[in-house]
Amino acid sequence: MSKRIDVDNLNVYYGDFLAVEDVKMGIDARSVTAFIGPSGCGKSTFLRTLNRMHEVIPGARAEGQVLLDGEDLYGPGVDPVVVRSMIGMVFQRPNPFPTMSIRDNVLAGVKLNSKRISRGDADALVESSLQGANLWNEVKDRLDKPGSGLSGGQQQRLCIARAIAVKPDVILMDEPASALDPISTLAIEDLINELKQDYTVVIVTHNMQQASRISDRTAFFNIQGTGKPGKLIEYGPTSEIFSNPKQQQTEDYVSGRFG
Amino acid sequence: MSTTVTTKEPASGIRRAAAGGQAGDSVFSALSLGAGVLILAVLAAVAVFLSLQALPTFRAPAEEISGGAGFFSYIWPLVIGTVVAALIALVIATPLGILVALYISHYAPARIAKPVGYIIDLLAAIPSVVYGAWGTTVLASSLVPFYTWAAEHLGFIPIFSGPASQTGKTMFTAGIVLAIMVLPIITAMSREIFIQTPKLHEEAALALGATRWEMIRMTVLPFARPGIISSVMLALGRALGETMAVALVLSSGPLMASLIQSGNQTIAAEIALNFPEAYGLRLSELIAAGLILFLITLVVNMIARAIIARYKEFSGAN
Amino acid sequence: MFNTASSAPVATPSSGARKARLTSNQRPKWLVPAVGVASIVVGAALSALVGFNVALWAVFAAVLFLVAATLAVSLVEGPRNGADSLVTYLVYTAFVLAVVPLISVIWTVLANGLPGLNANLLLTSMNGVTGATDNAAVAGEAPVLGGAYHAIVGTVSITFWATLMSVPIGLLTAIYLVEYSKGAWLGRSITFFVDVMTGIPSIVAGLFAAALFGLLFGPSTRFGFVAAVALTVLMIPTVVKNTEEMLKIVPNELREASYALGVRKWRTITKVVIPTAISGIASGVTLAIARVIGETAPLLVTAGFATSINWNSFSGWMTTLPTYIYYQILTPTSPTNPDPSLQRAWAAALILIVIVMLLNLIARLVARAFAPKTAGR
Repeated sequence: MSKRIDVDNLNVYYGDFLAVEDVKMGIDARSVTAFIGPSGCGKSTFLRTLNRMHEVIPGARAEGQVLLDGEDLYGPGVDPVVVRSMIGMVFQRPNPFPTMSIRDNVLAGVKLNSKRISRGDADALVESSLQGANLWNEVKDRLDKPGSGLSGGQQQRLCIARAIAVKPDVILMDEPASALDPISTLAIEDLINELKQDYTVVIVTHNMQQASRISDRTAFFNIQGTGKPGKLIEYGPTSEIFSNPKQQQTEDYVSGRFG
Repeated sequence: MSTTVTTKEPASGIRRAAAGGQAGDSVFSALSLGAGVLILAVLAAVAVFLSLQALPTFRAPAEEISGGAGFFSYIWPLVIGTVVAALIALVIATPLGILVALYISHYAPARIAKPVGYIIDLLAAIPSVVYGAWGTTVLASSLVPFYTWAAEHLGFIPIFSGPASQTGKTMFTAGIVLAIMVLPIITAMSREIFIQTPKLHEEAALALGATRWEMIRMTVLPFARPGIISSVMLALGRALGETMAVALVLSSGPLMASLIQSGNQTIAAEIALNFPEAYGLRLSELIAAGLILFLITLVVNMIARAIIARYKEFSGAN
Repeated sequence: MFNTASSAPVATPSSGARKARLTSNQRPKWLVPAVGVASIVVGAALSALVGFNVALWAVFAAVLFLVAATLAVSLVEGPRNGADSLVTYLVYTAFVLAVVPLISVIWTVLANGLPGLNANLLLTSMNGVTGATDNAAVAGEAPVLGGAYHAIVGTVSITFWATLMSVPIGLLTAIYLVEYSKGAWLGRSITFFVDVMTGIPSIVAGLFAAALFGLLFGPSTRFGFVAAVALTVLMIPTVVKNTEEMLKIVPNELREASYALGVRKWRTITKVVIPTAISGIASGVTLAIARVIGETAPLLVTAGFATSINWNSFSGWMTTLPTYIYYQILTPTSPTNPDPSLQRAWAAALILIVIVMLLNLIARLVARAFAPKTAGR
C-alpha cells in the first residue's frame, strides 16, 4: 500500500509568475521525506502539486512529470479526484468538519463519496484508522461527539485518521505541527514515525530539529529574492544535509546563519 | 443524492475508470451556472417586457393619453411627486436614523443596545400596508392641528400654503410615513459601519482629552461617511419605489406646491390605484410609468453601489 | 486615514489657567434633572397658552430642555462639554422619536385588531358578505360577519410558489458565485445585476409579471402564480445575497480537507459546504419569506381581488392578507358604515404582523440552534 514518487522537470506557476522552478527528485516508498526552507520558497506549493491540490488555488498550474510508481499524475485522462484519493493530505491547521461527529469525520472520505459500507466494516475502519493515528484510546468513548470539541493536537490526529481511512499510498503533511503545543507536536512526530511502516510520508516543516528527528531524507528549497522562483537546492539523506551539506546555501540555512 | 456508488476495490491505478460522480460534477456546475444566467435573463426580461408593453403609449397620439397632452405632461407631475415624497422622507429620516444608530453603537449601554437593535429590525419587518393603514387612520388625523397651525402662521411659505387639509391625508403625512419606513435602513447600515470604526482611532481621540461627541466627530463620522451616504441612497431608492404608504395615506390630486393640502401623486401609487381597472392604452401608460420609476430607482441604486464599491477597499483595510 | 493631530482642538490646552483640581468645573448632580423638571413645567404652561394637548406639551418640553440643558452645561463646564451634552440629548431624543411610531403602530394594530380576531375571521371568507350585512352589523342586528380565510389561503399559496421558485434559483446562483465563478466577468456581472434587482420597486416587479403573462395569455391575465412570479423577482436577490455571505464564511480549509480526501467538488459543496452554512442559509430564506409575505403592491397588479376561497394558484383571482387589508380600508364593503371593514382590516393586519414576527423569530432561532460548533481553537 505504499508507492514511490518521482518528480521530473516540474515547474509551478501562479498565472504568469513562475513560483517553483525545475524540481527533480525521487521519493522512496515507506520513508519520511522532509521539505525545509525559508518562508515563500515554494515548498508548500510544491507539496500541493504532488496530489494536484494546487489546482484548488485559482491561477495555479504545474508543468512537468510526477510519477506515482511510474504512472504520471499529470498524464492525459487522469482525474485529480482519483489522485487525491491515493495521495492524502494533512494541513497546517487542524480542520475537522464541524458538522460531523468524530466517527463521521473518520468516515468522511468514504461517506462523502457515498461508497456503500456496512456498519461492521465502518466500525472496523473507524477503529483501525483511529488506532493508526494513536487517537483511539482517547476518543473511543465519545465517537458521536463533534470533532471540533477535541484539543488542537487531537484534532490534528483526527485529521490524520481521516486521511488514512481513505487508504492512500502517500500522505502529504503541510507543517502539521506548527499550530500545536510541544506535547501535541511530540505525539504527531511519534505518529509519523509509525506511519512510515505503511505509507510514504512527505512533510513540510519550518522546524529543522523536527526534520532531523523524523525524516529519512531532506530536501532544502530556497529562493534568491522576491519575484524569483523557488528552487530545490539540495536533496539527500537527512544526516548528510544537516551534518555535511554539499551546498553553501544549505549549510548557511541549517546552521542558522540566515533565514 | 447518492447516484454514484463506486466499487470498493482498492485503488489500482490513477487511470482506473473515473470514479463515479464526474458526471455529477458537470451537471452540478451547469445547474448553478444556469441559475446565475437565469437571473440575468429575468432582469433582461423585466426591461424587455416593460418596454414592449409600454411601447403603445409612446406611439399613441398625444390627445389619447390621460390628460390629453401627451405622455410627458402626464408623467412629469408624477415624477416630481415621487421625488418630493422621497425627499420629505429623507430629510426626516436621515438625521434621525444616524442619531439612532449612534445611540445603539456609542451611547446605549451594551445590554440595552442589543434589544434596541432588534426593535429597529422589527420596525423594518412590519409590512408596508400596515404602515399605510396606520398612517391613514392614526397619523393623518393627529397631524390636522399642526397643518391648520402651519397654514395660519407659515402660510407665506409655498409648501405650507392653506387651506390645510381637514383629513390630514397630504403629501407631508405620506412623507412622514415613508420616513418611518426607511429609517431602519439608514439606522441598520450606519450602525454596522459605526461599530467597525477602529477602536485605536477612538481611543487615540479620547486619550487626547476629547469629549464623546468630539471623538465621534473626529473618528466615527469621517470613517463612516461613505457608508452613511450609501445607506441614504439606498433609503432613497426604497422611498421612491414605495407604494402602499402613499396609496393609502395620500388623497391624491394634481401637482401643487402645498404639501399640507390634498393633491400631488407618486408614480407607484398612481399605478397601484389605477391598474386594477385599467385596460388598453391606459394599461400601457401605467406600465410606461412603471418603466420610468424603474429607471429612476436604477440610477439611484447604481450611484449607491458605486459609492459602496469605491470605499470598500478603505473600510476593509482596517 | 486622517490626521488626528491637525484637526484636534482638544490637543491644545484650554486658554485659561490650568485646572487646580480634577473635580473643578464639574456640574452639580442636580443640574440636569432640575433643568428637565423646569422644562416640563414651563412646557406645560406654554402649551396651555396655545391650547393644551399632550403632544404639544412633549414637543415644547423637549425643545426647552435641549436648549436650557445645553446652555446650563455650557455655562458650568464650558462650550465643549455643552456641545457634548447637546448631542447626547439629541441622540436620546432621536431614539425616543423613532420608537414612538413603532409603539403607536403596534398599539393601534392590537387595540383595533384584537376585538375582530375571532373564529369567524379565521375560518370564513368574504363570500356573500355585502354592504347590507355590514349595515346590519352596525345596527346591532347581527354580529360582524365575513373573514380573511380566503386571504390566508391566498397568502400561503402564493408565498409557497414564490419560495419554491426563488430558493433553488437563489441557492444555485450563490453557489455559482462563491464556488465556481471566482471573480470571472460572468460572476461579477451577476453580482452587479443581483444588486440592481435588490433595488427594483415592488410595484415594478408586479408590473413585470403582469406584462409577461399579459403577452403570453392576453391582457389582464390574473391568477396566483403571476403574483408568485412577481414575488420571486423580489425574493431572489435577498436569497442570493444572504446565501453568498453564508457560503463565504465557510472556511476554505474545510473545502481543501474534503478535496484532499478525494471528494468531488459537487459532493464537497453539497455534503460539506452547505451543511456547514445551512443554519445561516435557512434563516436568510425565512427572512426573505417574511419580507415578501407582507408585499402588497405587486399583488394588486397580478393576483386580482377575490372574495371567496381559491386554492388554485393557476386559475382564478386570489386575495392575500395585505391586499385584503388594503381593499377593506380603501373600499369598505359598506361605504356608509366602514367600521366592520376596518375591524376586519385591523384583525387581518394583526394576523399578518404575527406571521411576520413569527418568521423573524424562527429565523433567529434557526440561526442560533443550528450554528456550527465552532472549533475549539
